[in-house]
Amino acid sequence: MEYFLQQLINGLTLGAIYGLIAIGYTMVYGIIGMINFAHGEIYMIGAFISIIAFLVIGWAGITWVPLVLALVLLLSMVFTAAYGWTVERIAYRPLRSSPRLAPLISAIGMSIFLQNYVQILQGARVKPIQPVVQGGVKLMERADGFVVQISYLQIVIILLTIALMFGFNQIIQGTSLGRSQRACEQDKTMAGLLGVNVDRTISLTFVMGAALAAVAGFMVTLYYGVIDFYIGFLAGVKAFTAAVLGGIGSLPGAMLGGILIGLIEAFWSAYFTIEYKDVATFTILVLVLIFRPTGLLGRPEIEKV
Amino acid sequence: MSQHTSPHLLNVERLTMRFGGLVAVNDVSFAARDREITAVIGPNGAGKTTLFNCITGFYSPTVGRLTLRHPNTGKEFLLERMPGYRISQAASVARTFQNIRLFSGMSVLENLIVAQHNKLMRASGFSIAGLLGLPGFRRAEREALDLARYWLDRVGLTERADWQAGALPYGDQRRLEIARAMCTEPVLLCLDEPAAGLNPRESGDLASLLTFIRDEHKIGLLLIEHDMSVVMTISDHVVVLDYGRKIADGAPLAVRNDPAVIRAYLGEDEDEDLPAEVAADIEASKAGETAP
Repeated sequence: MEYFLQQLINGLTLGAIYGLIAIGYTMVYGIIGMINFAHGEIYMIGAFISIIAFLVIGWAGITWVPLVLALVLLLSMVFTAAYGWTVERIAYRPLRSSPRLAPLISAIGMSIFLQNYVQILQGARVKPIQPVVQGGVKLMERADGFVVQISYLQIVIILLTIALMFGFNQIIQGTSLGRSQRACEQDKTMAGLLGVNVDRTISLTFVMGAALAAVAGFMVTLYYGVIDFYIGFLAGVKAFTAAVLGGIGSLPGAMLGGILIGLIEAFWSAYFTIEYKDVATFTILVLVLIFRPTGLLGRPEIEKV
Repeated sequence: MSQHTSPHLLNVERLTMRFGGLVAVNDVSFAARDREITAVIGPNGAGKTTLFNCITGFYSPTVGRLTLRHPNTGKEFLLERMPGYRISQAASVARTFQNIRLFSGMSVLENLIVAQHNKLMRASGFSIAGLLGLPGFRRAEREALDLARYWLDRVGLTERADWQAGALPYGDQRRLEIARAMCTEPVLLCLDEPAAGLNPRESGDLASLLTFIRDEHKIGLLLIEHDMSVVMTISDHVVVLDYGRKIADGAPLAVRNDPAVIRAYLGEDEDEDLPAEVAADIEASKAGETAP
């Protein structure tokens, strides 16, 4: 029971991170119908920018932890969003009217490019960071000394994710930007005829997705304490799995899928073999694609007349 | 007719649109005036929709110039040189489609709010003020809602404001599309077969909605229509196309009696394309020919 609870907490934390990345996949898919395979790399860049920001802020002599975290998060979001915008501008927008395969290939190319770019600039070795947030709350203790605890960092991750999801939902449902995004999702031509700048709306979608991926990168940097240039690939594919599981194109679906994938991974590692946790995740991808391609919350594709 | 009192709103000059070897619109020139309903008619395949697509930025014409002049400011826009969204945003041209294109997953009200996107984006400081709920944005949002409600009321959809647009009956969807186009506050409204698929009562309502828009909102309307009862009752000016060429241009009565127009409609084998009035006129003229 205690063990289960601990894995639940770990799984939720992991799931929050996957969910934030999955939103980027699902939003881009919703608006331009393409899988942005470079999104995992955007997340990796978010993690690197976080580490760089920690160093810069360390030099600047700021030591109050909440302020450091807020500044790092902000810097990481801003710079990663700039990367997201640039990727869309140079790799996808010129291919807007090409067949669907072209931007997909371009995305894979962008992904390889970004990996190599970071590898060359930052080196291939893993980058460690000292723990910034330490300690936690002891929830219960078993007779044999096994302690269930939720670390402060896990609390920060979960609360931050909830807050972001809330704010994000607010943007999509309640603002004019979100409304134009939903309009573009349904009919780009018509949205354009009503005066919506479709290209800019798509750019902003990439910016938003990248900013959320940056948050995930920031969290992972703090959570695991080590990153390298290759972390984007696996996390990206898992977040993609999460988006598909939740129903690609659906925002609540992406978050739900992320949490489920996080939980599955945590429980699989705990009760079965940790070596096969990735196999478990990707088996789910295959099963969902075969038996329920629209995912848990996705709408079935309606043929346009 | 008020041809000399109201100034040109849209000036189409020598417009030609070629698709490979096919000339869909061939050297067409005409003008649509402010506060008038200009109807574009012609047999199927005459190039009417292609003309609309050129005006609203879907196609860039092979040859020709499309000038829109704002009646109040006198500002001129060359439509053929503008990217699609600017035609609505800056030149204030709105359009509806033959096959209705609503945002079917959104509510009726939201469809009308999306159309006011530019106004709201400006007021909301690109959503930042909107998120914070600043007063300027609140006011803009209230105004947008007021305008949306006004049009809902006009087209009789107030009761159904929260319905999903795709769930509305066909006639309501048509009217909602017109309401949505009006929410962009256009100076020129282009309607592609608004009466298609409507029953006689509904097309009567449509005709009064269109004249209301012309008389109360004082804008120009450009209309493609097959329903001659609608065209003849409400248009101030009729342009007839056949095989991409303009064959007649003038007041409805004059056009109706134009031999070239009668020939164009008679040349088609399908009798159902022949409007009742035209058919009656042809019968009358035939009778006139044989009598003496």
